[in-house]
Amino acid sequence: MSRIGVVVFPGSNCELDVQWALQSLGAEAELVWHRETDLRGLDGVVLPGGFAHGDYLRTGAIARFSPVMEPIQQMAADGRPVVGICNGFQILCEAHLLPGALIANRDLSFICRFVDLEVVDTDTVLTAATEVGRHIRLPLNSYEGQYTDPSGEARIVVRYQEDVNGSQNGAAAIANAAGNVVGIMPHPERALEEVLGSGDGRVLLEGLIAATERVPA
Amino acid sequence: MKVTVHIERRPEIADPEGSTIARSLADLGYNEVQSVRTGRTLHLDVSGDDEARVRDRVEEMCEKLLANPVIEDFRVEIG
Repeated sequence: MSRIGVVVFPGSNCELDVQWALQSLGAEAELVWHRETDLRGLDGVVLPGGFAHGDYLRTGAIARFSPVMEPIQQMAADGRPVVGICNGFQILCEAHLLPGALIANRDLSFICRFVDLEVVDTDTVLTAATEVGRHIRLPLNSYEGQYTDPSGEARIVVRYQEDVNGSQNGAAAIANAAGNVVGIMPHPERALEEVLGSGDGRVLLEGLIAATERVPA
Repeated sequence: MKVTVHIERRPEIADPEGSTIARSLADLGYNEVQSVRTGRTLHLDVSGDDEARVRDRVEEMCEKLLANPVIEDFRVEIG
């Protein structure tokens, strides 16, 4: 069974949702404090949503220097899955594990609602179990959710079906070139049950769990 | 030594807060305002009397933490 670490920064607040979601889909998921420097034994990590280090200075700016980020850089370089959700996405950008940056939503509103999305790239650890063109619905819950990438080279994985926050080219999730580092702004871990609005997060997290089971030795 | 750091979004990066302030000023009748860009100013008190070294160190701090070079420019003023 794969073991996935869920990183807890001071101010993270979605770590228990992510842990519960991964466990309910059959993975072993353990919380990892941000001061941890040894991630041996983990097949992948998720950086959950929240307000790491209070979002002071810029979202993710201080979290980027938490001790846990050093072994995470190594995991990313080794090709192991590293996924950031919401605030975790912002941290991965600040850490330069993903290109670009996330700035305040175009209309300066905190967006908290379900959004309709389209998967546009399935060659990543988060989207491998889906197909290109698949429409999914996930909850979005962010203020700094507008993705911008001056290089214009970001690899978009999931797009908003409508322009919800001004994100460049509608980017809701992006990946690195190898496809093992993915940042996504909406929350797949909050969409596991149809009865709660959507079960579309399952296929993403199931893909992630499968990816952690075939990580490089 | 007193050091001031000015941080601004690069001109090609959107500044939703600045745009909103500009619209608000226009609503108040200040139609002469063409645009508003927001930024951040940090005041540092840094020990040491070698101005060049202090500047180098503070610029390094900007590159590393205080600014995000992907979307922001910074300017360091000594004194």
